[in-house]
Amino acid sequence: MAHPILSISNLNTSFRVGGEWRNVVRDVSFDIRPKETVTVVGESGSGKSVTAMSIMRLLPPASSRVTGRVDFEGKNLLDLPLDAMQSIRGNRIGMIFQEPMTSLNPVLKIGRQITEVLVQHRGMSHTEAEAEAVRLLEKVRIPSAKSRLNEYPMNFSGGMRQRVVIAIALACDPKLLIADEPTTALDVTIQAQILELIKALQEEEGMSVLFITHDMGVVAEISDRTVVMYRGEAVETGTTRQIFAGAKHPYTRALLSAVPQLGSMTGLDRPLRFPQVDMTTGGIQPVRPTADTVRRDAAPILNVDGLVTRFDIRRGFLRRTVGRIHAVEGVSLQLRQGETLSLVGESGCGKSTAGRSIIRLTDAKSGTIEIDGKNVLEAGRSQLADIRREAQMIFQDPFESLNPRIRIGDAIAEPIVIHGLADAAEAKERVAELLERVGLSASMADRFPHEFSGGQRQRVCIARALALEPKLIIADESVSALDVSVKAQVINLMLDLQEKYGLGYLFISHDMAVVERISHRVAVMYLGEIVEMGPRRAVFENPQHDYTKRLMAAVPIADPSRRQMRRISNDEIGSPFRPVDYVPPKRSYRQAGEGHFFQVA
Amino acid sequence: MTRDTNTAGSIHVGGADVRAPRSRSPFRQVISALLHDKLALVGILLVLVFILAAVLAPLIAPQNPYDLSQLDILDGRLPPGSQSMNGMVYLIGTDHQGRDLLSAILYGLRTSILVGISSAAIALVIGASIGLMSAYAGGRLDAFLMRVVDIQLSFPAILIALIFLAILGQGVDKIILALIVTQWAYYARTIRGSALVERKRAYVDAARSMALPDRRILFRHILPNCLPPLIVVATMRVAYAIMLEATLSFLGIGLPVTEPSLGLLISNGFEYLLSGDYWISFFPGLILLLLIVAINLIGDSLRDILNPRREG
Repeated sequence: MAHPILSISNLNTSFRVGGEWRNVVRDVSFDIRPKETVTVVGESGSGKSVTAMSIMRLLPPASSRVTGRVDFEGKNLLDLPLDAMQSIRGNRIGMIFQEPMTSLNPVLKIGRQITEVLVQHRGMSHTEAEAEAVRLLEKVRIPSAKSRLNEYPMNFSGGMRQRVVIAIALACDPKLLIADEPTTALDVTIQAQILELIKALQEEEGMSVLFITHDMGVVAEISDRTVVMYRGEAVETGTTRQIFAGAKHPYTRALLSAVPQLGSMTGLDRPLRFPQVDMTTGGIQPVRPTADTVRRDAAPILNVDGLVTRFDIRRGFLRRTVGRIHAVEGVSLQLRQGETLSLVGESGCGKSTAGRSIIRLTDAKSGTIEIDGKNVLEAGRSQLADIRREAQMIFQDPFESLNPRIRIGDAIAEPIVIHGLADAAEAKERVAELLERVGLSASMADRFPHEFSGGQRQRVCIARALALEPKLIIADESVSALDVSVKAQVINLMLDLQEKYGLGYLFISHDMAVVERISHRVAVMYLGEIVEMGPRRAVFENPQHDYTKRLMAAVPIADPSRRQMRRISNDEIGSPFRPVDYVPPKRSYRQAGEGHFFQVA
Repeated sequence: MTRDTNTAGSIHVGGADVRAPRSRSPFRQVISALLHDKLALVGILLVLVFILAAVLAPLIAPQNPYDLSQLDILDGRLPPGSQSMNGMVYLIGTDHQGRDLLSAILYGLRTSILVGISSAAIALVIGASIGLMSAYAGGRLDAFLMRVVDIQLSFPAILIALIFLAILGQGVDKIILALIVTQWAYYARTIRGSALVERKRAYVDAARSMALPDRRILFRHILPNCLPPLIVVATMRVAYAIMLEATLSFLGIGLPVTEPSLGLLISNGFEYLLSGDYWISFFPGLILLLLIVAINLIGDSLRDILNPRREG
């Protein structure tokens, strides 16, 4: 077996918090061999990023302490003086980060940012550096690289920016590339492109990669060996196949069982709960099947017809309209009580705007919306208040959607009291009941939002949404910001509540695998329009529209044995920005099965 | 790599483990942080001493400087520590009218603090309401109000106050009014800025989607989250108002001679400064300086504590 290129033994990292030292990474050891990809996977707070930072010695020396050994090319990186470390960083080890925008300097041209590295680290002249920069940009498959050297980062899309960051990391021919969640902020088709790119570059350059991610799908896709981290410890290390085929540690098993896998629902019509793993024994508890909750006999709770929402883009001193964002264009859908309809699509496809327009958080331009038979767009103030009581929204970021200065008990009681459903004393009882309903304890009502974890906060948001006893819940990326195991719990909770109260969910998400798990029906959105809609099973098992197929192909599958070398086009996601005089074309749909329609022109 | 140094700052330590102790309201946390900052503590103690001295002035002052029957013109301009004919000791001397300077300062402090705090408080309420309304309403009302603020801020405060007092004449109420007029715009601008940010946050959307009334969203959800910068501005502005009042009084257009403030006392002694009678200006000046510095210490510390990007 080849000699490892990077060898980490007994790595310990502590941070000083207040007056005491807190151990965040404990006794982590693993090796990376030449041309190998090792993935460190774990949920937030597991210490995976801190491990990478410790290896690179990027932690603030005043408030952190790193011990152990990190051997790279015969040297212990932890013992090197800082200036020697500086020459290893960037030269021998390249690094890419999660947020490509913050990794690039927004006021410097792209070309400048690449040549700077080449001149500094490789001693090239400016003309040489420029030619090399073009070569690097071509290497990361940026089309018409030469002409893009003079552009600023803001002119690049998220995926293109991440390519530039990778180009910079490759500038000095590193032996090792450390990638810290490089695709987390990207759309799924773009993520697939970047993963492909990293794999291809690794082969071309013969480097090793240390890849840090929270996403088991990405792990299965890219990694040779995997280190699973949990609360600062490496609980399991092995080849990726071993780990997926027979994980030994209960945490790994819990993590894997919580990972939604695209295609795992084949043959099933109804949504399915996630299995729960007993954290002490590692045993998987059987999944209780969901009841048939869809009320086909009653009129739909939500009826949207020809919804159009556009935003004017104004420029200049006179604020002239220079164009429009056609965020939502001719969207029609129905949702029954007890049914989950998912709106899926990538960023900028208008799915969130559609959700917001439905309860008039954003003003629609035209179309009709009926919630429980009441017209939303023509409702007056008091009617709108009534309507909003029946349709509640749960937002993406549970940190943002709770007022940080209001105790959560008061936050949940507020709508109850304001709408006169109960007086203050009764409301307090209702709050206790609601908290218990969502799996929290009634004694938590006195706490402030910052005292809860992300998953708990999302439960609070759900409790608050339930306070008004709505019939329809619009869940806008409600589980996207949560860790996988928490995500699974929240989805199970949502399915429980649907069974109990017959709630209709409009589930807005970019995550195909979650959507497959929770939906009865699915609508795929692209550039403001629904390109395909139908029963979940039909859409997933027999996708018709090109975009739906592309979306499905891009989803990383959490199963290394099904890894395929996919040919993914380098297309970027289009923009819904249109000139003022743009007239949207008339769309026609074709039927592919019962209730399954797709756009043909 | 071009960016090695500034990445480390954004690490969240240990995820769930690092969390504030249970259920303390944000307000109490700020107070406790303030009390742990030594400089701020000095500021708070000084301000408390000054306020106490001002409130209790009639009880603790050796002399009522307004009661002409207690004054003796022959005691004029006595140096610190001199003794009067009637046996009273002037600890820090007397001014040209024979007033005990200590008593005059205690009474002057009363006026200065009253003017400073009340003008800042009223300006805050007015400015905050206008700013909040402006941000929430948006559109033309917002544009109009903010242009008014622009115009207001483009004039030096002292000029506006001068014009105002020239029209209105002297008096405590008038100078408070003048100070409010010169200051509301700062509050309006500050709160509008933060309200615009808060208005876009998801919790406001959540409140709207629960069909809460606008007034409630504005005052119970948006306003409390806009308070931190406002509080900082307010503390600094109290100091500024006191200073402005002193300046105006020094120029002789602020308060009438019968209600001396610190500024007026400094002005009284100014003409004797060169003849060696330093104490008439020096001690009121020193007190004014201490008061302003103390308030600014609190303001600085508050700014650090309330800064969301603060480390730790």
